Amino acid sequence: MNAIFKIIELIKSFLLEIGELSYFAGRFFRESFRRPFEFKEFLRQCFYMGNRSLLLVAVTGFIIGLVFTLQSRPTLLEFGAVSWMPSMVSISIIREIGPIITALICAGRIGSGIGAELGSMRVTEQIDAMEVSGTNPFKYLVVTRIMATTLMLPLLVFFGDAIALFGSYLVENVKGHVSFLLYFNQVFNALEFGDLIPATIKSFFFGFAIGLVGCFKGYYCKKGTAGVGVAANSAVVYTSMLLFIIDFIAVFVTNIFYDL
Amino acid sequence: MSTNIQERKIIIEIKDLKKSYGDNHVLNGFNMTLHEGENLVIMGKSGSGKSVMIKCLIGLETADSGSIMVMGEQIGELSRTTLDEIRTEIGFLFQGSALYDSMTVRENLEFPLRRHTKKFGVLKDTTPLVMQALENVGLAHAVNLMPAELSGGMKRRIALARTLILQPKIILYDEPTTGLDPITAKEILILMKSIQEKYNTSSIIITHDVDCARVISNRMILLVEGINYAEGTFDELSTSTDPKVQAFFK
Ligand SMILES: Nc1ncnc2c1ncn2[C@@H]1O[C@H](COP(=O)(O)OP(=O)(O)O)[C@@H](O)[C@H]1O
Ligand SMILES: [Mg+2]
Repeated sequence: MNAIFKIIELIKSFLLEIGELSYFAGRFFRESFRRPFEFKEFLRQCFYMGNRSLLLVAVTGFIIGLVFTLQSRPTLLEFGAVSWMPSMVSISIIREIGPIITALICAGRIGSGIGAELGSMRVTEQIDAMEVSGTNPFKYLVVTRIMATTLMLPLLVFFGDAIALFGSYLVENVKGHVSFLLYFNQVFNALEFGDLIPATIKSFFFGFAIGLVGCFKGYYCKKGTAGVGVAANSAVVYTSMLLFIIDFIAVFVTNIFYDL
Repeated sequence: MSTNIQERKIIIEIKDLKKSYGDNHVLNGFNMTLHEGENLVIMGKSGSGKSVMIKCLIGLETADSGSIMVMGEQIGELSRTTLDEIRTEIGFLFQGSALYDSMTVRENLEFPLRRHTKKFGVLKDTTPLVMQALENVGLAHAVNLMPAELSGGMKRRIALARTLILQPKIILYDEPTTGLDPITAKEILILMKSIQEKYNTSSIIITHDVDCARVISNRMILLVEGINYAEGTFDELSTSTDPKVQAFFK
């Protein structure tokens, strides 16, 4: 009996959380259209986020491209299909691996950072101080950050994709003596706009989710220093879950369009 | 001195203020008046609702019921613009200084200046006002430092400079000396007094520091169980025979 009650409580609090998050998202859209737009803070956030995650995305992308190619090589060799390597790698990276891996990294790097930053601003009353200084803290802190993640994530995904493909090319070049031109010629032959556009749209949603959850968790952070840790941590956990849900929906929707 | 302050104009009047968080009834009908040029000290135990009260006063929290008049305007019924205008006349020194971590001292001071444009207009050069505010608190040399590089006492001074930069008529101090060593606390008190004399501000000072109350108060209110339990000058209250009142002065 007790276990059932616990599960019901859990589901209730989860649904409540979803409700509050949707309300928060609604407020974001309402406030985005209200003047003045905090352009300077928005640019600062874009720069800061790019700066913080560029290296991480590059290293991960490079290793993924490298490992992915190394691992698939023996199987393709068996089938005598090594020449398909560039097409296979590029499609899987552009469609799926690039966006989701970059988004997960950014959830850990950017999302938790936002959660911790806004959380500590809440706990130390900096958000209240902004409010009495004639600034709408929601616009200044939340709207700018969500917009920045939404814009920056697709750019980081492009960048990560490019590095991953380069990593894959290095393997092919060393092991199969494929030239740079030949490799990327095949990559671009294999890719269609039908691969690129859904992936880009998906990345915008990923970026939005990262900013939204990070800001939500930080903005409503519980008092006390423990609250800041919880905010940062739960920002990452919730965002990661949300990313997979969005990914799932995106694949679904894309498939419908392909079938048409 | 204190008798003639009581005859001056009332600039803040709180009547029957109530505020609860769920089952936690924090304020249960709190009353208070602040006269022009007065230093009113509010004492109460930790968690008794002092910060909640002062946040209702400036519109950071909404009261459940009761009325709050500030300079003739009813807080809670104001549009955002009018509320912002009133807020330029009220300085708020937060409990933990609340300096913006990501900004330098200069940017911290410029923040309210650039945003409350009604009072001074849109300023091209904020340097004179920033430097003047910093000189008032004796920290002109810290202008380019980050908050993380400042000591607790310096942070409190910078926060004070930030509240002063708009030259408010009323200053609300939320535990200005808490968390500081006795010597630094005394320095902050002296600073508060000198500001009071220089700009002739009215202030509400929240504290549980008896020395602070003795030095600075014209009048005191003791906040107990969500109401204004006792009221009077420092001498009147400190010689009271009520055990609940005496508990504050031990
Ligand atoms: N935003 C809030 N949500 C829920 N409870 C709160 C909130 N702010 C304050 N409280 C509660 O109100 C009471 C008074 O808090 P506060 O005014 O900060 O005390 P203090 O007198 O020490 O400043 C405390 O019990 C606190 O838990
Ligand atoms: Mg307090």
